[in-house]
Parts: sequence; C-alpha cells; structure tokens
Amino acid sequence: MASRFVSIWFRHLTTDWFAIRQQALAKHSGETKPLLKDLPFVLRAPSHGRMVITAANAFAERKGITPGMVLADARALFPDLEVLDDKPDLSEKLLKRLALWCIRFTPIVAVDPPDGLLLDVTGCTHLWGGDERYLEEIVKKLNARGYDVRAAMADTLGVAWAMARFGNEPLVVAPGRHIEALLPLPPEALRLEADAATRLHKLGLHQIRQFIQMPRASLRRRFGPHFIMRLDMALGQEMEGIEPVEPVEPYQERLPCLEPIVTATGIEIALQQLLETLCLRLRHEQKGLRSAVFKGYRVDGKIERIDIGTNRPSHHVSHLFKLFEIKLPTIEPALGIELFVLEAPKVEDHFAQQEQMWEGTGGLDDERLSELIDRLAVKVGAQSIRRYVPDEHYWPERSFKPAASLQEKLTTNWRTDKLRPLNLLATPERIDVTAPIPDYPPMLFRHNGKLHKIVKADGPERIEQEWWLQQGQHRDYYRVEDEEGYRYWLFRLGHYHEKTYQWFIHGFFA
Amino acid sequence: MAALQTDILRLQGFKPVNSLAVDMGLGHIKDAFPNATFPLGAVHEFVSTKTEDAAATGGFMAGLLSSLLGTSGAALWISASRTLFPPALKSFGIHPDRFIFVDLQKEKDVIWAMDEALKCGALAAVVGEMQEISFTASRRLQLAVEQSQVTGFILRNHYRQLNTTACVSRWKITSLPSEPVDDLPGIGFPTWRVELLRIRNGRSGVWDMQWRDGKLLPVYKSLSQVPEQQQKTG
Repeated sequence: MASRFVSIWFRHLTTDWFAIRQQALAKHSGETKPLLKDLPFVLRAPSHGRMVITAANAFAERKGITPGMVLADARALFPDLEVLDDKPDLSEKLLKRLALWCIRFTPIVAVDPPDGLLLDVTGCTHLWGGDERYLEEIVKKLNARGYDVRAAMADTLGVAWAMARFGNEPLVVAPGRHIEALLPLPPEALRLEADAATRLHKLGLHQIRQFIQMPRASLRRRFGPHFIMRLDMALGQEMEGIEPVEPVEPYQERLPCLEPIVTATGIEIALQQLLETLCLRLRHEQKGLRSAVFKGYRVDGKIERIDIGTNRPSHHVSHLFKLFEIKLPTIEPALGIELFVLEAPKVEDHFAQQEQMWEGTGGLDDERLSELIDRLAVKVGAQSIRRYVPDEHYWPERSFKPAASLQEKLTTNWRTDKLRPLNLLATPERIDVTAPIPDYPPMLFRHNGKLHKIVKADGPERIEQEWWLQQGQHRDYYRVEDEEGYRYWLFRLGHYHEKTYQWFIHGFFA
Repeated sequence: MAALQTDILRLQGFKPVNSLAVDMGLGHIKDAFPNATFPLGAVHEFVSTKTEDAAATGGFMAGLLSSLLGTSGAALWISASRTLFPPALKSFGIHPDRFIFVDLQKEKDVIWAMDEALKCGALAAVVGEMQEISFTASRRLQLAVEQSQVTGFILRNHYRQLNTTACVSRWKITSLPSEPVDDLPGIGFPTWRVELLRIRNGRSGVWDMQWRDGKLLPVYKSLSQVPEQQQKTG
C-alpha cells in the first residue's frame, strides 16, 4: 500500500490557545470583557534587555506586526495592541497534547516543532470515506476547537509539509502526483536551512521547478548535503521516519464509530467486537495476552481507559470480556465516544491445549482457577492476592515469601522440624512476665489484662537476627500452655542479664 | 436399617452429593453425618469467641482440609483480618503453597469473593474469615456450592450474634489441655473439644480430638465427660 501522510500546520498556535483559554474562562466566570479572538494581540518575552514579540494573532499580523519585532515598534504602529506574557515551552506542550488528541485519526502521530504535526495516515482514510473527507474532518474538528490550521495530504512527508504551508488548493495531493505539486512552490517549502533558501532566492531561483533538474553534484557543492537530503525526502527517494508520540502497540485493534457512543450497551458491543478480532488474531499466532487496555476517545478530547491483567496468557473472549465487564461502569462517555481502541501491551506464547473431554482435575494448574484469580484481581487488585513459597530464613516473619505466579515451583521445602503457631500476630505484643531464673520459661504472663498461669512449656528456641539483613537483638521463643489449655508462643527479646530484655506474645498454637 | 435411613434422608430432601466421598479421618464423628459421610459440596460454619479458640478452630479445620486437598488440590483463604501463619499449615499436612490467600479490606468483599470462588470447580475448598454473615448471604454461598461441589468453610471469630444461617453445619472448637506424651515434660499433642452444634440431617454431638502423627484421633480418656448426644435434625 502506498504511504500517505498528513501535515497539519497551526498558523497561530500559541495565540489561538490564549484566545481559547480566555474565552473558556470568561464563559465560566460570566465576565463580559472583549474576547481576545476578536482583538489584535501579541505575546511578548524579554530578549537581550528588550521586549520582543514572540507570536501575533491574525489581526495583529494584518496590521503588519510580525514575531521578532520589538514590542515598542509594534506599539508605535498600533497603540491599542493587547500584550500578554508568553509562556516558555508552551508550543511544545500544546503540540504534544494535540498529537495525543489526533491519535483518534491514526495511531502514528508525531510532533513537528515548532508549529506542526505529522500524521502517517496510510490505510486510515477509507474509514472516513476518502482522503478529502478525512482531511476536511481533521480541519473542521481543529477549527471547532479554535485553532487556525492548514492541513495537506500527500505521498511523502516533505510534500505534505510543503503543501500545508505554501501550497494552493486542493491540499490533497493525489497519489503519485506529489512531484507535480511540489514544482510551483518556493524553495523554503523544502524545509531548508534559512541561508540556503536566501541564497536560492538571490540566484533568482524562486520556484522549485527552476532547480529540480539541475545536476545533483553541483547542487550539493553549492548548497550542502542537507539540501540534497531534503529534496530527496520530498521526492520520496529517501525514507523519512517519524517518531510517534505514543509507541504503537503491535497488538492493537481500533473501532471508529460513525456516531458517538453514549450507552453502556454500545460500549459493550464495541468491546465485544474488538475482543473477538484481537483474540482471533492471537489464536492464529498461538499467543495469549497477559494484560490489555481498553480505551475510549471521547468527543471532548479526553481518553477513558480501563486496564486488566491475567495470570496466564489468554485469548478466551468471554473470560476477557468478564474481566472488563467489572470495570466497564467506570467509563464515562460524557458527550460520546468516537473511537475505541483495544491494546495488548503484554503478549506471551500460548499453545492451544487439546480440548478436554471432561473438565480439569482441579489444582493450581487448572485454567478455571487462574480465570477466577483474574476476576478477583480485577475487583480487589492483584496485590491482595498472594500465594506463598518457603524462603530460607529462620526469622518467622521472613520464613516465607510471595510467589511470583501460580505455577512457581518450590526452591526449598517447608520446614517441619520446629513447630510454628497457626495464628501469628502481625506485630508481637508486649506482655508482663514473671520468670523464675534466666533461660527458664515464665511462670505467669499478663496479656490484654488477663493473667495466664503457665502449666507446661517448651523452649527456649533462640532465633538470631540475620546481620546481613537487619541489626537487632535475638529472640528466645517459648511454647507455653496455660491452665485453661490455651497454647501460646512467647519470646524474650535480648539477653536476660542485660536488663534491657522485653517479653512479647507472638502467636497462638492450635 | 441402613437402607431405611438412606430412604428417610432422601425423603427429607437430602441430596447425596458426591459419589467420591473423601475420608476425612474423623473416625467415629462420621456417625453424626447423614449417610455417615462428611458433607462435601456444602458450606460449614465454625464459630469461636476467643483468639485462642480461633487458633484451635483453625487447627481442626486444617486437619479436615489436609484430607480434602489430597495430593494436588488447591484452596483459597479469603479474609479481611488474617492472622494465619502460612508455614504452620505444613504441620497439619497441608502444603502452604497450595493455598492462595486473598487479603481484603472489607467483610462485604470477603463474602463477594467467597461467592465468586465457590463457583469455581477447580478448587478443593474455600475458607472465608468473617465475623457476621446474614442468612441471605449464606444462602447465596450454599447455592454456589450446589453447582460447583466445592466445600466452603466459614470461620466466624468474635461473632456478635449467632444467627440462623443456611450452612450445613455449625462447629465450635475449643482448646483442651494437652496430655503429656510418655510422661515427658513440655507440651503434648494439640487437643481440642469438638462440638458439632448443628448438622443438617445428622446428629449433633461433642467429642474430644487430638492431632497426632498427621491424623485426627479421638481421645478416649475423656469420653466419660462427654454429655449425651442429642437427637436433632437441622
């Protein structure tokens, strides 16, 4: 398929933004100040001790005020000029935001500083009913937001860029006709360095057609390799890459809607369709997704998104739909969603298992279990679902660790030589103890105001801190049983003779 | 006689759920159950009032779970206030890595998660820790297990009110003093008083049990103290 590119040129990017913002604020607060968009105004910034105009709106430009002028000169030309302070880096931020907004037209959108966007629209235009309709839609939408734009479409980025800035109607260059379109344009249209363009004009070469036939060697000698590169790019003889603002996911499905979708049923149908196409593709490639993102591009420019994750690769439509279903009510369609995108950022190999005659035998490898865990994780968060495997530590709190997956195998066995309490307090609680002699189990202890008289005891079991992990005192554990037959796990922190020891209760035995 | 008993149970609407009955190692407690088999595919309720008894309840239940999980089964432990120490399950014959722990913030979520989990036939058992459960909620759980044949355990520690539930049984486990082994000093095997307060189509009763050598064993010595078993149907 032949490539098609669109270049969008924002003629008054920053001033448009100031006007849009002022209008929105005025509407919000009900003020009746004259709107900026109906006045000539400029943005200023200090430079070398003077105030210099950095941007002028269309009215100001008509009065002969251009960016780069000293503010005092402009005031002399037009005393009633409105002046606002420019914001540094404003245009970069605006372009980035607009580029993200433009993803609704094509997945590949790049920023073209200082005042443009580049779109790779190969294979996208038919969804809007042809090149002209597509370009018209982009311009109409941006105009409606308050931006003064010119956009052009061509087979190469260079020609699209040139047509947007210097070309005459029609701005859609038919496939294969891009060289013809380029011929009457001035040399600046080739994105040349400033002095190269001036030199061309000095030599009387005011149109590209006047020098395009000249021998390459002499052009290179006079104007440098950059000039030749730009020319080749425009002619399509050299590839020009663009860097999308958002990397394009290899597993992505898009569903543009003719009418904005506002109902829950509509969103569900869209999700179902996208899942079906994506899962069909995954199944053909013997892959399954581990995480997926469902995005809705709203008419007002916001993006609604929900994420899901799975425990094992899956291309099971109804299962994935269920996972999304729990979160679907969080999508706010507002005025409507015009584009749905389903992405699978994490995809792994998934070999289709033979269809089983009867259901699985259960256990951790059962697919139904991992689907259950996925469903729970969507609602309560994956961090609250844990499986534990043993870890080689004696310190009770560190003797186990969360497993990475349901299938993770044990690297070490669960210890059985030392008895451990069935219920363990998250943090040991202080108790008051009467102990007869050092290293002897206590006789009495008081916990939560109740006195327990110890009848039987085992211990001590000394557990030392692991100095490479944590500094601190050791614990001497005792298993004790009181008169009523309740069994506890107590410990003394520190040495008996140092007088700094403390007693704690840490757990309850069955 | 046995055939007549089975017929009566069937007439009472008792569905013999599982042909693959698991021997829970409960010894003569079995006689209390309908058809002398531990009801699988049902929800059992365990109540306790003290933290110490909660540990005893956990121990007895772990003993039941170990035979239920067998060699490859998996189970879910759902709780909003879990104090269970996973490595300790090993001493009750359970591989702690075959448990999946779901730690939630609210009890409402515990009931929801339990309902969801009980519908999953891949699990051997689901344990839910909650203080209160309404009759409606327990009925929902019961309906879920009837489809999937998963066995559910509800642990109710520090309950406020012992309300009616749709659970198949209600157990109460309390700690008993352990008996010395061969007159050696120190603590002996864990010993519990097992009270079956309520069982549908069965007989409630009280037994003393001990966890010993990886098995639940009755303690005969104190059997004399056991009050007479009451005839009661759920």
